Parts: sequence; C-alpha cells; structure tokens
Amino acid sequence: MTAHADIPPPGTLIRTAAARIGITAAPGRLSLRARDGLGALGTALGIDLPGRIGGRAGRDAIEAMCLGPDEWVLLSPPEEVAALLAAGAAVYAAHPHSLVDISGRETTIAIDGPRAAELLTLGLARDPAGIAPGDGRRTYFDGQTVILWRDGETRFRMDVWHSFAPHLLGLLDTGCRELAAEAP
Amino acid sequence: MLLIHCPYCDETLPEVEFTYAGEAHVMRPEDPSAATDEDWHAFLFLRDNIKGVHFERWRHVHGCGRFFNAARNTITDRFLTTYRAGAPRPDPGTLTEGGE
Ligand SMILES: [Zn+2]
Repeated sequence: MTAHADIPPPGTLIRTAAARIGITAAPGRLSLRARDGLGALGTALGIDLPGRIGGRAGRDAIEAMCLGPDEWVLLSPPEEVAALLAAGAAVYAAHPHSLVDISGRETTIAIDGPRAAELLTLGLARDPAGIAPGDGRRTYFDGQTVILWRDGETRFRMDVWHSFAPHLLGLLDTGCRELAAEAP
Repeated sequence: MLLIHCPYCDETLPEVEFTYAGEAHVMRPEDPSAATDEDWHAFLFLRDNIKGVHFERWRHVHGCGRFFNAARNTITDRFLTTYRAGAPRPDPGTLTEGGE
C-alpha cells in the first residue's frame, strides 16, 4: 500500500478513558455496482449480498455492506482482491456489473471504547443510535462522506478518503481528550 | 435544520446528508431532434418558482446516493412527502404537512 505523508501507520494513535482511536491495517477495498442478477453475482463472489441499505454480510475475512439500492462496498484481505475481481469477471457476460478495486483510496479509522458513540456525535449529523450494531451506513462526518461500520455497541470503523484523514484524526483526537477531561 | 425522509433508505435524516437538485418532473423532450429552440429554452431555463407546494428533486448524496422527489411548502419550508424517482407526482390535495 502507498504510504501517505500525513497519515500515521496502522496502530493505536490515542487512548483515553473515553475511547481509543487507531488506524487499521489497510484492507483491500472493492466497489460493486449492479442492478440485476444479484443472486448469481453473490454466488460468484461467495457473499449473500445484503439488499437492505446499511445491511452487512460476509464470509471468512471478507465483508460487504449495502450502500445504496445498487451499490456495495467490499473489504477483504489485500491478497484476495484479485480473486474477487476474477470471480466477478467470470460472470460479467451474463450479469453485467461494475466491480472496481478502490484499495488505494481510503484510510480506515478504528474508534472504540465506552464513549465511542458519544465521540462520534462530534461530527455526525445523524443519531448514531440509528445504526444498529452489525450494521453500517455511508453518511456525513464533519464535512466529509464516510462509511461507518458499527461492529458493536462501542466499536466502530470509519472509512475516509486519504486526504480527509489527517483532519478527521485531529478532530477525533481532540474529542477523545475532551471527553476524558470532563469532570466525572 | 430540516429533517428529510429518504424514500430509498426509508429513514428520516438530517438535511446535511442531502443536496437540493431543482424542480422535479421537468421532462427532457422525447424526440430531441424534433424540439425547437423554444422547447429547449423552456426545458433548460424556465422554472415555475412556486409559492406554496413545490415538487422538487433532492439527492441523498452523503448516503445512498439516490435522486428522489419531494413536495415541500415553500412558505413554511415543511416537507409534505418524498417519493422515489419515476413515481408519479402526487395530488397536492392529498398531502398534509408533517405527512410522510
Ligand atoms: Zn438514501
């Protein structure tokens, strides 16, 4: 993966009593657009593509989230991207779709800890309670489009385009310290 | 801030996730080469600027990405309904403020 001058390497960046902010190891990322033949496409990819916006599915270390009526994002180990692309290409003639490697586009920020959901309200216009654990959404966070994965009550991941990552990391860092500095 | 119901996500969400996209139900000429300059002028530039119930396009740009249509009262700035692109324009007489 490409190193970005203003983005720290994977690992924990800050941990306070409120939450921990980190950067995950860079996964492979794929953007899937398809209107028809979702069953056959899902079979080819080995993923039962969720039809509900915000719904997730996966197998092994591969995760898919439905972003829109005809759009999904897939996260996978980087070494499996080529196999997924080939699986899509194999059924392309019968089931036209777009499956594109976007692995070079985003940074994933891990946000977890007792006050992780509260920390997100710093930049999230919508109520985090509207996203159930195990679901996710593409949404808006402090001026940027982000993909938010809610892995648990207090565990989130946020995919952001590289160029926005330094700003959002700075904002989350400040929020982590502020929440931890509040009088008990 | 306005709360807007996205008919694709089926959620009522903050306005900042959306962008306004002009008057709805403006039809491109079905046979473009037969359209006159006046037809094109009207299609491209003439809009009604309604005072009252306005049918307009919105896009859930920081979400599902979809364009959809809405009826909004331009006097009160209240949404009367939102509906999927391609669905027929609802009869304004059947709409009430606060309805979904
Ligand atoms: Zn939507």
